[in-house]
Amino acid sequence: MINSKSITLFLSLFGFWLLMSGHYTVLITSLGVISCLLCVYLTIKGNFLDNETIPIYFFPRLIQYTIWLIKEIFISNITTAKVILSKSEEPELFSVKATQKTNEGKVTYANSITLTPGTVTTQIKDNVFEVHALTKEFGDDVRSSEMDRMVTWLEKGK
Amino acid sequence: MLDISIEIISIISFVAGVFFILTGSIGLIRLPDVFSRIHAAGMIDTAGASFIILGMILQSGFSLITAKLVFIGIFIFFTSPITGHVTANLARKKGVNPVGKTKGKTL
Repeated sequence: MINSKSITLFLSLFGFWLLMSGHYTVLITSLGVISCLLCVYLTIKGNFLDNETIPIYFFPRLIQYTIWLIKEIFISNITTAKVILSKSEEPELFSVKATQKTNEGKVTYANSITLTPGTVTTQIKDNVFEVHALTKEFGDDVRSSEMDRMVTWLEKGK
Repeated sequence: MLDISIEIISIISFVAGVFFILTGSIGLIRLPDVFSRIHAAGMIDTAGASFIILGMILQSGFSLITAKLVFIGIFIFFTSPITGHVTANLARKKGVNPVGKTKGKTL
């Protein structure tokens, strides 16, 4: 019952509670502790506490991945703005293969594709993703599977 | 001196945010079909929202508000791809065919 996942969940819930609250008297803080413990208890009782809720093995490489993703998002935002303002869109729809093994890895990859403007994941079946891209260049970006390699690398953990 | 430079950086950040939101809105009206319009909406969600939040963080100074603004940004980054994917997925499932080329086998 008390393992690394439940402790991580409690610490992140309580940290979030502390940041949102702003009142640090003994009474209110202990009420916060009790409500966080209740949430963790309900999560354990409902069998939600698995790799999908708390993907601990993502954490060691998460910061480096986030920085890389923000850089990618920034670049493709500028490209999308150029495409919209210069009326040069030529949308295309295609399929790519994902190499992630776990569901969490696939969700991270699909969300990263959608979060990058210019590409949207429209359907997922097993490890085939159907992607809609705004121009051919965005399509080539996804087909070069650089992001796929990055998410697989993130998924492997340390 | 530091105050003025922070003020200038935050104004630049607001202007960048407004630029991306305006461009996204233009794209939302101008682009041909629902799938292409999701790209424009995604631009508003990522670049527009994060530049506006960055400007607000610089304006508010360092306090609990900063943490709350950062969390708003994180939650937008987690939820916006879900809405984009759900819209695109539903359109595909209901048989909307996208404008433009379809390459190879699709699902």
